[in-house]
Amino acid sequence: MSNLVELNMGPQHPSMHGVLRLRLKLDGEIVREIEPIIGYLHRNAEKLCEMDYFCDNIVYFDRMDYVGAMNMEVGFLEAAEKLLGVEPPERAQWIRVVAAELNRIAAHLVWMGAFGLDLGMLTPFFYCFIEREKILNIFVELSGTRQQYNYMSIGGVYQDITPKIIEEIKEFIKQFPKKLEEIANLFLKNDIFLSRNRGLGVIEKETAISYGVTGPILRASGVPYDVRKEEPYLVYDKLNFDIPVSQKGDNLARFMIRLEEIRQSVKIVDQAITKIPDGPYFNPKAKKSLMIRLRGEGEVYARTESSKGEFGVYIVGDGGVKPYRVHVRSPTFKNLSIIPAVAKDKMIADLIAILGTFDLVFGEIDR
Amino acid sequence: MKTGETGILTTTIDKALEWGRSNSLWPLTFGLACCAIEMMAVQGSHFDISRFGSEIFRNSPRQSDLMIVSGTVTKKMAPRLKRLYDEMPYPKYVIAMGVCVIQGGPYVKGYSVVLGVDRVVPVDVFVPGCPPTPDALTYGIMTLQKKIRGETDR
Repeated sequence: MSNLVELNMGPQHPSMHGVLRLRLKLDGEIVREIEPIIGYLHRNAEKLCEMDYFCDNIVYFDRMDYVGAMNMEVGFLEAAEKLLGVEPPERAQWIRVVAAELNRIAAHLVWMGAFGLDLGMLTPFFYCFIEREKILNIFVELSGTRQQYNYMSIGGVYQDITPKIIEEIKEFIKQFPKKLEEIANLFLKNDIFLSRNRGLGVIEKETAISYGVTGPILRASGVPYDVRKEEPYLVYDKLNFDIPVSQKGDNLARFMIRLEEIRQSVKIVDQAITKIPDGPYFNPKAKKSLMIRLRGEGEVYARTESSKGEFGVYIVGDGGVKPYRVHVRSPTFKNLSIIPAVAKDKMIADLIAILGTFDLVFGEIDR
Repeated sequence: MKTGETGILTTTIDKALEWGRSNSLWPLTFGLACCAIEMMAVQGSHFDISRFGSEIFRNSPRQSDLMIVSGTVTKKMAPRLKRLYDEMPYPKYVIAMGVCVIQGGPYVKGYSVVLGVDRVVPVDVFVPGCPPTPDALTYGIMTLQKKIRGETDR
Protein backbone atom coordinates (compact mmCIF):
# COMPACT_ATOMS: atom_id res chain seq x y z
CA MET A 1 0.00 0.00 0.00
CA SER A 2 1.40 3.33 -0.88
CA ASN A 3 0.46 6.53 0.86
CA LEU A 4 2.62 8.80 -1.23
CA VAL A 5 1.31 12.23 -2.09
CA GLU A 6 1.54 13.22 -5.70
CA LEU A 7 2.64 16.79 -6.30
CA ASN A 8 2.98 18.71 -9.50
CA MET A 9 5.77 21.24 -9.78
CA GLY A 10 5.86 23.62 -12.69
CA PRO A 11 5.75 24.50 -15.55
CA GLN A 12 5.36 27.94 -14.01
CA HIS A 13 7.61 27.86 -10.99
CA PRO A 14 10.31 30.34 -9.96
CA SER A 15 13.06 27.75 -9.73
CA MET A 16 12.23 25.57 -12.71
CA HIS A 17 14.52 27.60 -14.98
CA GLY A 18 11.90 28.07 -17.59
CA VAL A 19 9.27 25.48 -18.18
CA LEU A 20 10.34 22.23 -16.58
CA ARG A 21 7.55 20.27 -14.97
CA LEU A 22 8.25 17.67 -12.32
CA ARG A 23 5.77 15.12 -11.08
CA LEU A 24 6.85 14.26 -7.56
CA LYS A 25 5.74 11.48 -5.24
CA LEU A 26 6.20 12.68 -1.70
CA ASP A 27 6.49 10.88 1.58
CA GLY A 28 6.01 13.80 3.93
CA GLU A 29 8.65 16.21 2.75
CA ILE A 30 10.88 13.58 1.24
CA VAL A 31 10.82 13.06 -2.48
CA ARG A 32 10.47 9.37 -3.35
CA GLU A 33 9.93 9.55 -7.08
CA ILE A 34 10.62 12.21 -9.68
CA GLU A 35 9.36 12.28 -13.21
CA PRO A 36 10.49 15.21 -15.35
CA ILE A 37 8.01 16.20 -18.03
CA ILE A 38 9.42 18.28 -20.84
CA GLY A 39 8.19 19.65 -24.13
CA TYR A 40 6.65 22.94 -23.02
CA LEU A 41 9.11 24.85 -25.17
CA HIS A 42 9.26 22.51 -28.14
CA ARG A 43 9.73 24.91 -31.04
CA ASN A 44 10.63 22.30 -33.67
CA ALA A 45 13.95 23.96 -34.43
CA GLU A 46 15.41 20.81 -35.98
CA LYS A 47 12.55 20.53 -38.43
CA LEU A 48 12.70 24.22 -39.30
CA CYS A 49 16.41 23.84 -40.08
CA GLU A 50 15.44 21.55 -42.95
CA MET A 51 13.32 24.30 -44.47
CA ASP A 52 16.04 26.94 -44.49
CA TYR A 53 19.36 27.49 -46.19
CA PHE A 54 22.50 26.42 -44.36
CA CYS A 55 23.44 30.00 -43.60
CA ASP A 56 20.01 30.75 -42.13
CA ASN A 57 20.05 27.82 -39.74
CA ILE A 58 22.26 29.78 -37.35
CA VAL A 59 19.13 31.69 -36.33
CA TYR A 60 17.62 28.57 -34.78
CA PHE A 61 20.87 27.58 -33.11
CA ASP A 62 21.15 30.99 -31.49
CA ARG A 63 17.82 30.38 -29.83
CA MET A 64 18.67 26.96 -28.47
CA ASP A 65 21.00 27.83 -25.63
CA TYR A 66 19.98 31.44 -25.44
CA VAL A 67 22.33 32.40 -22.64
CA GLY A 68 25.37 31.12 -24.54
CA ALA A 69 24.41 31.71 -28.14
CA MET A 70 27.98 32.16 -29.44
CA ASN A 71 28.83 28.63 -28.32
CA MET A 72 25.85 27.29 -30.23
CA GLU A 73 26.99 29.10 -33.38
CA VAL A 74 30.45 27.60 -33.02
CA GLY A 75 28.89 24.16 -32.64
CA PHE A 76 26.71 24.45 -35.72
CA LEU A 77 29.44 25.95 -37.89
CA GLU A 78 31.91 23.24 -36.93
CA ALA A 79 29.53 20.77 -38.56
CA ALA A 80 28.23 22.93 -41.41
CA GLU A 81 31.64 24.07 -42.56
CA LYS A 82 32.87 20.51 -42.56
CA LEU A 83 29.91 19.50 -44.73
CA LEU A 84 30.11 22.44 -47.12
CA GLY A 85 33.90 22.37 -47.34
CA VAL A 86 34.39 26.01 -46.41
CA GLU A 87 37.32 26.65 -44.11
CA PRO A 88 37.17 29.81 -41.99
CA PRO A 89 40.35 31.91 -42.17
CA GLU A 90 42.77 32.05 -39.25
CA ARG A 91 41.60 35.45 -38.06
CA ALA A 92 37.95 34.39 -37.95
CA GLN A 93 38.87 31.33 -35.86
CA TRP A 94 40.57 33.46 -33.24
CA ILE A 95 37.69 35.92 -33.16
CA ARG A 96 35.30 33.00 -32.68
CA VAL A 97 37.30 31.73 -29.73
CA VAL A 98 37.25 35.16 -28.09
CA ALA A 99 33.51 35.54 -28.64
CA ALA A 100 32.70 32.01 -27.48
CA GLU A 101 34.74 32.29 -24.30
CA LEU A 102 33.30 35.70 -23.44
CA ASN A 103 29.86 34.20 -23.90
CA ARG A 104 30.80 31.27 -21.68
CA ILE A 105 31.61 33.76 -18.93
CA ALA A 106 28.26 35.49 -19.47
CA ALA A 107 26.38 32.17 -19.43
CA HIS A 108 28.03 31.07 -16.20
CA LEU A 109 27.25 34.44 -14.66
CA VAL A 110 23.57 34.05 -15.50
CA TRP A 111 23.67 30.59 -13.96
CA MET A 112 25.36 31.89 -10.85
CA GLY A 113 22.79 34.62 -10.37
CA ALA A 114 19.90 32.23 -10.94
CA PHE A 115 21.41 29.67 -8.58
CA GLY A 116 21.55 32.34 -5.91
CA LEU A 117 17.88 33.10 -6.54
CA ASP A 118 17.03 29.41 -6.19
CA LEU A 119 18.59 29.35 -2.76
CA GLY A 120 16.96 32.61 -1.70
CA MET A 121 19.99 34.85 -2.17
CA LEU A 122 18.99 37.94 -4.12
CA THR A 123 22.23 39.95 -3.87
CA PRO A 124 24.56 37.89 -6.10
CA PHE A 125 22.03 38.14 -8.92
CA PHE A 126 22.57 41.89 -9.17
CA TYR A 127 26.35 41.59 -9.02
CA CYS A 128 26.35 38.93 -11.74
CA PHE A 129 24.14 40.97 -14.02
CA ILE A 130 26.33 44.06 -13.73
CA GLU A 131 29.27 42.05 -15.07
CA ARG A 132 27.15 40.32 -17.70
CA GLU A 133 25.93 43.68 -18.90
CA LYS A 134 29.54 44.70 -19.61
CA ILE A 135 30.06 41.61 -21.76
CA LEU A 136 26.82 42.26 -23.61
CA ASN A 137 27.94 45.81 -24.36
CA ILE A 138 31.00 44.35 -26.06
CA PHE A 139 28.78 42.00 -28.04
CA VAL A 140 26.52 44.85 -29.08
CA GLU A 141 29.50 46.54 -30.68
CA LEU A 142 30.68 43.28 -32.17
CA SER A 143 27.42 41.96 -33.60
CA GLY A 144 24.70 44.51 -33.02
CA THR A 145 22.47 42.61 -30.62
CA ARG A 146 22.52 41.68 -26.98
CA GLN A 147 21.55 38.06 -26.91
CA GLN A 148 20.86 36.27 -30.19
CA TYR A 149 23.90 37.42 -32.05
CA ASN A 150 23.85 35.66 -35.42
CA TYR A 151 27.43 36.87 -35.48
CA MET A 152 29.29 33.97 -36.99
CA SER A 153 28.42 32.84 -40.45
CA ILE A 154 29.61 30.12 -42.77
CA GLY A 155 33.19 30.93 -43.73
CA GLY A 156 34.04 33.39 -41.00
CA VAL A 157 32.35 36.04 -38.97
CA TYR A 158 29.82 38.63 -40.02
CA GLN A 159 31.87 41.66 -39.06
CA ASP A 160 35.52 42.30 -38.31
CA ILE A 161 36.74 42.94 -34.79
CA THR A 162 38.05 46.49 -34.51
CA PRO A 163 40.93 47.78 -32.37
CA LYS A 164 38.38 49.69 -30.31
CA ILE A 165 36.52 46.50 -29.40
CA ILE A 166 39.84 44.77 -28.59
CA GLU A 167 40.66 47.62 -26.22
CA GLU A 168 37.25 47.25 -24.59
CA ILE A 169 37.71 43.53 -24.11
CA LYS A 170 41.15 44.09 -22.61
CA GLU A 171 39.68 46.62 -20.23
CA PHE A 172 36.94 44.20 -19.22
CA ILE A 173 39.41 41.37 -18.66
CA LYS A 174 41.55 43.63 -16.51
CA GLN A 175 38.83 44.55 -14.04
CA PHE A 176 36.82 41.35 -14.13
CA PRO A 177 38.85 38.94 -11.90
CA LYS A 178 38.55 41.30 -8.96
CA LYS A 179 34.79 41.55 -9.40
CA LEU A 180 34.55 37.78 -9.77
CA GLU A 181 36.23 37.31 -6.40
CA GLU A 182 33.68 39.69 -4.95
CA ILE A 183 30.83 37.63 -6.37
CA ALA A 184 32.45 34.37 -5.24
CA ASN A 185 32.83 35.71 -1.72
CA LEU A 186 29.13 36.47 -1.60
CA PHE A 187 28.57 32.74 -1.98
CA LEU A 188 31.54 31.17 -0.28
CA LYS A 189 31.56 33.32 2.84
CA ASN A 190 27.91 32.57 3.41
CA ASP A 191 27.53 29.77 5.94
CA ILE A 192 23.98 28.96 4.94
CA PHE A 193 25.02 28.55 1.32
CA LEU A 194 27.87 26.22 2.26
CA SER A 195 25.87 24.07 4.64
CA ARG A 196 23.02 23.77 2.16
CA ASN A 197 25.30 22.57 -0.61
CA ARG A 198 28.15 20.65 0.90
CA GLY A 199 27.71 16.91 0.48
CA LEU A 200 24.35 17.28 -1.22
CA GLY A 201 23.44 15.64 -4.50
CA VAL A 202 26.56 13.56 -4.89
CA ILE A 203 26.97 12.06 -8.34
CA GLU A 204 29.37 9.13 -8.54
CA LYS A 205 31.81 8.93 -11.41
CA GLU A 206 30.29 5.74 -12.84
CA THR A 207 26.71 7.03 -12.56
CA ALA A 208 27.62 10.23 -14.35
CA ILE A 209 29.28 8.39 -17.20
CA SER A 210 26.47 5.86 -17.59
CA TYR A 211 23.86 8.62 -17.87
CA GLY A 212 25.87 10.46 -20.53
CA VAL A 213 26.36 13.53 -18.37
CA THR A 214 28.92 16.02 -19.70
CA GLY A 215 30.24 19.45 -18.97
CA PRO A 216 30.89 20.93 -15.54
CA ILE A 217 28.71 18.30 -13.85
CA LEU A 218 30.88 15.47 -15.18
CA ARG A 219 34.07 17.30 -14.28
CA ALA A 220 32.76 17.89 -10.77
CA SER A 221 32.44 14.10 -10.47
CA GLY A 222 36.09 13.57 -11.22
CA VAL A 223 36.25 12.94 -14.95
CA PRO A 224 38.62 15.36 -16.69
CA TYR A 225 36.65 15.39 -19.93
CA ASP A 226 36.41 18.52 -22.01
CA VAL A 227 36.01 18.54 -25.79
CA ARG A 228 38.27 21.57 -26.03
CA LYS A 229 41.12 19.34 -24.82
CA GLU A 230 39.99 15.91 -26.07
CA GLU A 231 39.30 16.92 -29.64
CA PRO A 232 40.44 20.53 -30.08
CA TYR A 233 38.42 22.56 -32.55
CA LEU A 234 39.12 26.10 -33.80
CA VAL A 235 42.43 27.14 -32.22
CA TYR A 236 42.00 25.72 -28.74
CA ASP A 237 45.13 23.58 -29.15
CA LYS A 238 47.24 26.74 -29.38
CA LEU A 239 45.94 28.09 -26.10
CA ASN A 240 47.15 27.35 -22.62
CA PHE A 241 44.38 26.56 -20.14
CA ASP A 242 43.46 23.94 -17.56
CA ILE A 243 40.42 21.77 -17.08
CA PRO A 244 39.19 22.11 -13.51
CA VAL A 245 38.32 18.75 -11.92
CA SER A 246 36.88 17.95 -8.54
CA GLN A 247 36.52 14.52 -6.95
CA LYS A 248 33.64 15.38 -4.62
CA GLY A 249 30.73 15.42 -7.03
CA ASP A 250 28.38 17.39 -4.79
CA ASN A 251 26.58 20.69 -5.27
CA LEU A 252 29.43 22.75 -3.94
CA ALA A 253 31.90 21.01 -6.26
CA ARG A 254 29.73 21.87 -9.24
CA PHE A 255 29.66 25.49 -8.10
CA MET A 256 33.43 25.57 -7.68
CA ILE A 257 34.00 23.99 -11.10
CA ARG A 258 31.91 26.64 -12.83
CA LEU A 259 33.67 29.37 -10.88
CA GLU A 260 37.03 27.98 -11.92
CA GLU A 261 35.82 27.68 -15.51
CA ILE A 262 35.08 31.39 -15.57
CA ARG A 263 38.64 32.02 -14.46
CA GLN A 264 39.99 29.73 -17.19
CA SER A 265 37.83 31.48 -19.78
CA VAL A 266 39.28 34.80 -18.66
CA LYS A 267 42.71 33.27 -19.16
CA ILE A 268 41.80 32.09 -22.67
CA VAL A 269 40.38 35.46 -23.71
CA ASP A 270 43.44 37.16 -22.27
CA GLN A 271 45.74 35.05 -24.44
CA ALA A 272 43.59 34.97 -27.55
CA ILE A 273 42.94 38.70 -27.72
CA THR A 274 46.64 39.45 -28.22
CA LYS A 275 47.16 36.66 -30.74
CA ILE A 276 44.46 37.56 -33.29
CA PRO A 277 46.41 37.55 -36.58
CA ASP A 278 45.92 39.94 -39.47
CA GLY A 279 44.19 38.82 -42.60
CA PRO A 280 40.70 38.32 -43.97
CA TYR A 281 37.90 37.63 -41.52
CA PHE A 282 35.79 35.95 -44.15
CA ASN A 283 36.47 33.14 -46.58
CA PRO A 284 35.89 34.53 -50.08
CA LYS A 285 34.58 31.12 -51.16
CA ALA A 286 31.46 31.71 -49.08
CA LYS A 287 30.90 35.26 -50.23
CA LYS A 288 27.88 36.75 -48.51
CA SER A 289 25.86 37.18 -51.68
CA LEU A 290 26.56 33.61 -52.81
CA MET A 291 26.15 31.94 -49.45
CA ILE A 292 22.70 30.53 -50.14
CA ARG A 293 24.11 28.63 -53.10
CA LEU A 294 26.42 26.52 -50.98
CA ARG A 295 25.61 22.85 -51.41
CA GLY A 296 26.54 19.98 -49.15
CA GLU A 297 26.38 16.24 -49.53
CA GLY A 298 27.08 13.52 -47.02
CA GLU A 299 26.79 13.44 -43.28
CA VAL A 300 28.88 15.03 -40.57
CA TYR A 301 28.92 15.07 -36.82
CA ALA A 302 30.83 17.72 -34.92
CA ARG A 303 31.10 18.18 -31.20
CA THR A 304 32.06 21.24 -29.25
CA GLU A 305 32.11 22.24 -25.63
CA SER A 306 29.31 24.64 -24.85
CA SER A 307 28.91 26.17 -21.43
CA LYS A 308 26.58 23.28 -20.48
CA GLY A 309 28.58 20.36 -21.81
CA GLU A 310 29.25 18.48 -24.99
CA PHE A 311 27.18 19.98 -27.77
CA GLY A 312 26.99 17.79 -30.84
CA VAL A 313 25.50 18.66 -34.21
CA TYR A 314 24.68 16.07 -36.84
CA ILE A 315 23.87 17.25 -40.34
CA VAL A 316 22.90 15.23 -43.38
CA GLY A 317 23.06 16.91 -46.75
CA ASP A 318 21.57 15.53 -49.96
CA GLY A 319 23.42 17.84 -52.31
CA GLY A 320 20.87 20.62 -52.06
CA VAL A 321 21.07 24.12 -50.68
CA LYS A 322 19.18 23.06 -47.58
CA PRO A 323 20.13 20.36 -45.08
CA TYR A 324 18.26 17.08 -45.33
CA ARG A 325 18.32 16.46 -41.60
CA VAL A 326 19.73 18.28 -38.60
CA HIS A 327 20.00 16.68 -35.21
CA VAL A 328 21.34 18.16 -32.01
CA ARG A 329 22.88 16.31 -29.13
CA SER A 330 21.98 18.73 -26.42
CA PRO A 331 24.01 18.54 -23.20
CA THR A 332 21.29 19.72 -20.82
CA PHE A 333 18.83 17.11 -22.06
CA LYS A 334 21.28 14.37 -21.10
CA ASN A 335 22.13 16.12 -17.85
CA LEU A 336 18.47 16.40 -16.91
CA SER A 337 18.04 12.63 -17.19
CA ILE A 338 20.16 12.04 -14.09
CA ILE A 339 17.97 14.16 -11.81
CA PRO A 340 15.54 11.36 -10.80
CA ALA A 341 18.54 9.28 -9.70
CA VAL A 342 20.35 12.07 -7.84
CA ALA A 343 17.51 13.84 -6.07
CA LYS A 344 15.74 10.67 -4.92
CA ASP A 345 15.08 10.44 -1.17
CA LYS A 346 16.00 14.07 -0.58
CA MET A 347 13.92 16.91 0.78
CA ILE A 348 11.99 19.13 -1.63
CA ALA A 349 14.18 22.11 -0.72
CA ASP A 350 17.26 20.06 -1.54
CA LEU A 351 15.75 19.05 -4.86
CA ILE A 352 15.59 22.74 -5.80
CA ALA A 353 19.22 23.22 -4.81
CA ILE A 354 20.31 20.19 -6.83
CA LEU A 355 18.25 21.29 -9.81
CA GLY A 356 19.86 24.71 -9.58
CA THR A 357 23.34 23.32 -10.14
CA PHE A 358 22.34 21.64 -13.39
CA ASP A 359 22.10 24.87 -15.37
CA LEU A 360 19.01 23.88 -17.31
CA VAL A 361 18.15 25.88 -20.40
CA PHE A 362 14.92 24.85 -21.99
CA GLY A 363 15.53 26.18 -25.43
CA GLU A 364 18.11 23.46 -25.73
CA ILE A 365 16.29 20.62 -24.00
CA ASP A 366 13.05 20.91 -25.96
CA ARG A 367 14.52 22.56 -29.05
CA MET B 1 -6.05 66.51 -10.58
CA LYS B 2 -6.15 70.02 -9.19
CA THR B 3 -3.91 71.39 -6.50
CA GLY B 4 -5.32 74.08 -4.32
CA GLU B 5 -3.09 76.75 -2.88
CA THR B 6 -3.78 75.58 0.63
CA GLY B 7 -2.05 72.26 0.02
CA ILE B 8 -5.26 70.32 -0.55
CA LEU B 9 -5.40 67.82 -3.39
CA THR B 10 -8.75 67.22 -5.00
CA THR B 11 -9.17 64.23 -7.25
CA THR B 12 -11.62 61.52 -8.15
CA ILE B 13 -11.42 58.06 -6.65
CA ASP B 14 -10.95 56.59 -10.11
CA LYS B 15 -7.97 58.82 -10.84
CA ALA B 16 -6.36 58.05 -7.51
CA LEU B 17 -6.83 54.32 -8.02
CA GLU B 18 -5.43 54.49 -11.55
CA TRP B 19 -2.44 56.41 -10.31
CA GLY B 20 -1.82 53.85 -7.61
CA ARG B 21 -2.28 50.88 -9.91
CA SER B 22 -0.03 52.20 -12.62
CA ASN B 23 2.83 52.83 -10.22
CA SER B 24 2.78 49.47 -8.48
CA LEU B 25 2.54 46.93 -11.26
CA TRP B 26 3.73 43.64 -9.86
CA PRO B 27 4.73 41.30 -12.64
CA LEU B 28 4.40 37.54 -12.49
CA THR B 29 7.64 35.54 -12.67
CA PHE B 30 6.75 33.84 -15.89
CA GLY B 31 9.77 33.18 -18.07
CA LEU B 32 9.22 30.99 -21.07
CA ALA B 33 12.27 31.30 -23.29
CA CYS B 34 14.99 33.64 -24.48
CA CYS B 35 13.09 36.83 -23.64
CA ALA B 36 12.97 35.76 -20.00
CA ILE B 37 16.69 36.47 -19.71
CA GLU B 38 16.09 40.01 -20.95
CA MET B 39 13.23 40.27 -18.48
CA MET B 40 15.72 39.30 -15.77
CA ALA B 41 18.08 41.95 -17.09
CA VAL B 42 15.32 44.53 -16.73
CA GLN B 43 15.04 43.49 -13.12
CA GLY B 44 18.83 43.67 -12.68
CA SER B 45 20.87 46.60 -11.57
CA HIS B 46 21.67 48.20 -14.88
CA PHE B 47 18.12 48.80 -16.09
CA ASP B 48 16.38 48.65 -12.75
CA ILE B 49 12.66 48.37 -13.32
CA SER B 50 12.00 49.35 -9.69
CA ARG B 51 12.22 52.99 -10.74
CA PHE B 52 8.76 52.41 -12.17
CA GLY B 53 7.41 50.55 -9.20
CA SER B 54 7.54 47.08 -10.75
CA GLU B 55 10.52 45.58 -9.00
CA ILE B 56 8.69 42.90 -7.07
CA PHE B 57 8.34 39.88 -9.31
CA ARG B 58 5.71 37.69 -7.68
CA ASN B 59 5.91 33.95 -7.99
CA SER B 60 2.22 33.40 -7.47
CA PRO B 61 -0.33 34.60 -10.03
CA ARG B 62 -2.67 35.47 -7.18
CA GLN B 63 -0.36 38.23 -5.98
CA SER B 64 0.51 39.78 -9.30
CA ASP B 65 -1.33 42.01 -11.70
CA LEU B 66 0.93 42.07 -14.75
CA MET B 67 1.85 39.09 -16.87
CA ILE B 68 4.86 39.58 -19.11
CA VAL B 69 4.63 36.73 -21.59
CA SER B 70 8.31 36.39 -22.43
CA GLY B 71 9.15 33.74 -24.94
CA THR B 72 7.56 31.36 -27.41
CA VAL B 73 4.15 30.02 -26.40
CA THR B 74 3.78 26.45 -27.60
CA LYS B 75 0.54 24.56 -28.03
CA LYS B 76 1.41 22.50 -24.97
CA MET B 77 1.99 25.60 -22.87
CA ALA B 78 -1.03 27.62 -24.01
CA PRO B 79 -3.63 25.97 -21.70
CA ARG B 80 -1.31 26.52 -18.72
CA LEU B 81 -0.85 30.15 -19.69
CA LYS B 82 -4.60 30.61 -19.91
CA ARG B 83 -5.03 29.04 -16.51
CA LEU B 84 -2.37 31.30 -14.97
CA TYR B 85 -4.10 34.30 -16.49
CA ASP B 86 -7.41 33.18 -15.04
CA GLU B 87 -5.85 32.82 -11.61
CA MET B 88 -4.71 36.43 -11.55
CA PRO B 89 -7.05 38.84 -9.75
CA TYR B 90 -8.59 41.82 -11.50
CA PRO B 91 -7.41 44.33 -12.67
CA LYS B 92 -4.86 42.44 -14.71
CA TYR B 93 -2.70 43.34 -17.65
CA VAL B 94 -0.67 41.42 -20.21
CA ILE B 95 2.47 42.50 -22.06
CA ALA B 96 3.42 40.40 -25.06
CA MET B 97 7.21 40.48 -25.20
CA GLY B 98 9.02 39.45 -28.36
CA VAL B 99 7.94 38.52 -31.86
CA CYS B 100 7.36 34.86 -30.94
CA VAL B 101 4.57 35.95 -28.64
CA ILE B 102 3.21 38.49 -31.10
CA GLN B 103 2.94 36.30 -34.19
CA GLY B 104 5.25 33.28 -34.01
CA GLY B 105 8.54 34.96 -34.84
CA PRO B 106 11.24 32.73 -36.31
CA TYR B 107 9.07 29.70 -35.54
CA VAL B 108 6.10 30.89 -37.55
CA LYS B 109 6.46 27.95 -39.96
CA GLY B 110 6.53 25.41 -37.17
CA TYR B 111 3.82 23.01 -36.14
CA SER B 112 3.96 23.43 -32.37
CA VAL B 113 3.92 27.19 -31.86
CA VAL B 114 0.90 29.35 -31.05
CA LEU B 115 0.91 32.17 -33.59
CA GLY B 116 0.38 35.04 -31.23
CA VAL B 117 -0.54 34.94 -27.56
CA ASP B 118 -3.51 37.22 -28.27
CA ARG B 119 -5.27 34.05 -29.43
CA VAL B 120 -5.11 32.81 -25.85
CA VAL B 121 -5.31 35.86 -23.58
CA PRO B 122 -6.10 39.52 -24.28
CA VAL B 123 -2.95 41.61 -24.68
CA ASP B 124 -2.53 45.24 -23.62
CA VAL B 125 0.91 46.12 -24.96
CA PHE B 126 3.02 44.46 -27.65
CA VAL B 127 6.78 44.84 -27.41
CA PRO B 128 8.45 43.69 -30.64
CA GLY B 129 12.03 42.48 -30.95
CA CYS B 130 13.89 39.21 -30.89
CA PRO B 131 14.49 39.56 -28.04
CA PRO B 132 13.40 43.13 -27.24
CA THR B 133 16.10 45.08 -25.46
CA PRO B 134 15.49 45.89 -21.80
CA ASP B 135 14.96 49.48 -22.88
CA ALA B 136 12.12 48.35 -25.12
CA LEU B 137 10.47 46.40 -22.32
CA THR B 138 10.81 49.37 -19.99
CA TYR B 139 9.13 51.50 -22.63
CA GLY B 140 6.41 48.89 -22.92
CA ILE B 141 5.76 49.05 -19.19
CA MET B 142 5.67 52.84 -19.31
CA THR B 143 3.17 52.65 -22.16
CA LEU B 144 1.04 50.33 -20.08
CA GLN B 145 1.20 52.78 -17.18
CA LYS B 146 -0.03 55.53 -19.46
CA LYS B 147 -2.80 53.26 -20.68
CA ILE B 148 -3.89 52.52 -17.13
CA ARG B 149 -3.96 56.22 -16.33
CA GLY B 150 -6.08 56.85 -19.39
CA GLU B 151 -3.46 58.98 -21.13
CA THR B 152 -2.77 58.53 -24.80
CA ASP B 153 0.68 58.03 -26.19
CA ARG B 154 0.45 60.63 -28.87
